[in-house]
Amino acid sequence: MKSSLRRTFVAAGLTVAVAASFPALAAWEPTKPVEFIVPAGTGGGADQMARFIQGVVAKNNLMKQPLIVVNKSGGAGAEGFLEVKNAKGDPNKIIITLSNLFTTPLATGVPFNWKDLTPVAMLALDEFVLWVNAESPYKTPADYMAAIKAADNGKYKMAGTGSKQEDQIITVAIDKATGKKLTYVPFKGGGDVAVQLVGKHVDSSVNNPIEAVAHWRAGALRPLCVFDTQPMAYTAKVTATQAWGDIPTCKSQGLDVEYLMLRGIFMPSGVTQDQVDFYVDLFKKVRATPEWKKFTEDGAFKNTFMTGKEFADWAAAAEKHHKQLMQEAGFIAK
Amino acid sequence: MEDIGNLMHGFAVALTWKNTVFMFVGILLGVLIGVLPGLGGANGIAILLPLTFSMPPTSAIIMLSCIYWGALFGGAITSVLFNIPGEPWSVATTFDGYPMAQKGRAGEALTAAFTSSFVGAFFAIVLITFLAPLVAKFALQFGPPEYFAIQFLTFASFVGMGREPPVKTIASMMIGFALAAVGIDTVTGTLRMTYGLPTLLQGFDFLIAVIGLFGLGEIFLTMEEGLSFKGKSGRIDPKVVLKTWAELPRYWATSLRSCVIGCWMGITPGGATPASFMSYGMARRFAKRKEKFGEGEIEGVVAPETAAHAAGTSALLPMLTLGIPGSPTAAVLLGGLLIWGLQPGPLLFVEKKDFVWGLIASMYLGNIVGLLVVLTTVPWWASILRIPFAIIAPIIVVICAIGAYTVHNNMFDVVMMVVFGVVGYVFKKLKYPLAPFVLALVLGDMAETAFRQSMLVSGGNVGVFWSNWLVGSIVTLGIVILLWPMMVALRERARGRPAGTGA
Repeated sequence: MKSSLRRTFVAAGLTVAVAASFPALAAWEPTKPVEFIVPAGTGGGADQMARFIQGVVAKNNLMKQPLIVVNKSGGAGAEGFLEVKNAKGDPNKIIITLSNLFTTPLATGVPFNWKDLTPVAMLALDEFVLWVNAESPYKTPADYMAAIKAADNGKYKMAGTGSKQEDQIITVAIDKATGKKLTYVPFKGGGDVAVQLVGKHVDSSVNNPIEAVAHWRAGALRPLCVFDTQPMAYTAKVTATQAWGDIPTCKSQGLDVEYLMLRGIFMPSGVTQDQVDFYVDLFKKVRATPEWKKFTEDGAFKNTFMTGKEFADWAAAAEKHHKQLMQEAGFIAK
Repeated sequence: MEDIGNLMHGFAVALTWKNTVFMFVGILLGVLIGVLPGLGGANGIAILLPLTFSMPPTSAIIMLSCIYWGALFGGAITSVLFNIPGEPWSVATTFDGYPMAQKGRAGEALTAAFTSSFVGAFFAIVLITFLAPLVAKFALQFGPPEYFAIQFLTFASFVGMGREPPVKTIASMMIGFALAAVGIDTVTGTLRMTYGLPTLLQGFDFLIAVIGLFGLGEIFLTMEEGLSFKGKSGRIDPKVVLKTWAELPRYWATSLRSCVIGCWMGITPGGATPASFMSYGMARRFAKRKEKFGEGEIEGVVAPETAAHAAGTSALLPMLTLGIPGSPTAAVLLGGLLIWGLQPGPLLFVEKKDFVWGLIASMYLGNIVGLLVVLTTVPWWASILRIPFAIIAPIIVVICAIGAYTVHNNMFDVVMMVVFGVVGYVFKKLKYPLAPFVLALVLGDMAETAFRQSMLVSGGNVGVFWSNWLVGSIVTLGIVILLWPMMVALRERARGRPAGTGA
């Protein structure tokens, strides 16, 4: 009798303990398939990351409901952002962003702002590297800057992805640093840009690492510097002699330009904290997988994770920064 | 002959029973994707991509590239049967394929389409096998002026060939250009002609326009002629395949020319859609019975299908060796490569031999399997036409609507499709040609971007189009082709004959 009573107590105690340690069970989770919006075309950097995450989530059973990637690339991503903006209170919709979260409303005048969305998490930051053709005589940023300064305006050509977006913003910043104008030639995708540089149709590019790495390894392109405050953290050799970490910062080479691109997740406004927490937790799990580690290493992403207020503050600062850069460049739509 | 050894090793990789199963599954899925208009190879592969992450990369790429082949094959089916191009590159196939089906020759048209597809793809694979590194170097020669030159050549080879008065052709083309300009402008990054409407942000999608113009437009026309409750009396002959095969060798010249055009366009990378248009235009120009084109000439099916598949297949080459996708589907496959931890680029052939040669071997096998699968189904597909129109028409409309919706998951696109259907009907009633409209819509945007990039690069100097032998010769060839009919007419007039009667 005594022992059975004790058993009951133990059982009751366990129940309490279980209930206390798994509050998440009672917490919110998606009740229908989650739409994962990509405000860019299929095959691009954001699309690759979204589909990669979809694969990791499915493979590791991180979510009961399926995650469905949907491309809404119209109007430089405006289409996707507007859809999330208008889906107020819908917790089954998330969007992956790139810099067009800040640049598209400024350049096109389409009415949306990151504040119309709920910030969930920053997954990583994408680096930008200044590349030249390996057969060109420029070994350092200083060599290239000197050549630009010595030539007429517009003689040197910079290829980049899209117009009035990150690549052109960096180009304008370089213009400002050198006092001479580069001719900016926009292409549809980063892969095209890298190939145009390999084919010597332009003089330089500011490709993301993942867009140009194959040509670097093949000895066709040469990285001059990275537009970050410190060198990249990856020390494994990419070519026979160099690692990502061996590329100096542009600032240290006398080219005072810095730029990083957001790879983050947002959801519609008007959702509850429970719902945001679910996704924060989900992306923490995604980031803990070995697949993610390899993915970020291959793409030389800056592995910064932020959520909540910290992330919102970052976005506010980034928006201000973009507004200032684009104002100076004359990219703001009237 | 190191390549042969590598290829044999590739066959060993591709022929394990597991990979063979993936191959068949891929082909079947692909045909299905190709048949459903709008779903398309790119979307289909994008949807299935995450499923492959748990597979070994070689199996995954074999399955996905087989979906690609399947979609290439399948696109022709609805073009021939219902005048609905399942894929953009099948538009040119409708020009003669559909009239053939109308005359009860659907089986022949399908057999010709599938066989030409196979021939084109096979030609391209052989090219990839032996010339990959060389060809990749050649693709690097292509800067913006060269791209524009290629687009120009496509227009030139297609314009001025219709029976309609030139004014109507030009009007139709201009409407196409205007619609192509809607949406974001890549060069300035600003919006054009969207009038503050969110639905116009993405511009007018080619696929939606084509589904409406061709598919629905045709249904409207048939409805006007009266709802017949009888099906077409096309005889279903299981020997149709062999009979058509006996006829096909006659078109070897067209076939060879289309192979070359297709490979060239795939590598450069102009893509499968312009390739099919250009090839159709060229075939018509060189054909003995020009005036029969558009009324059901088998050559008019052979040319675009051969070129589309040669292009679609060779488009994988720049993707593997340079990391630039030659088509939207290749772009999605490229994303897949990166996710599997493979870095496309010049070193892929050196570092991942198993993968590359497994893929190339699977191209050979996938195409053979694909051809067998689709050819055995020819009589069944052709027999669909025996179903009475009153029953099949609503089904087609539903499939069209689903197709239009899947392009962007957007309900507005379905409305747009109906609008385009009415436009297509009006065009046909007023005898305006649809082809120039479609061509301008699909190429207008690309040609404009390439032209403006060239102007940026050259500082506004048109001389850039003659700045080297490559671009110079393509542009000159384009101009010659464009002006050729005029020169012929002038010469004939000089001889004292009225122009036009000799055509």
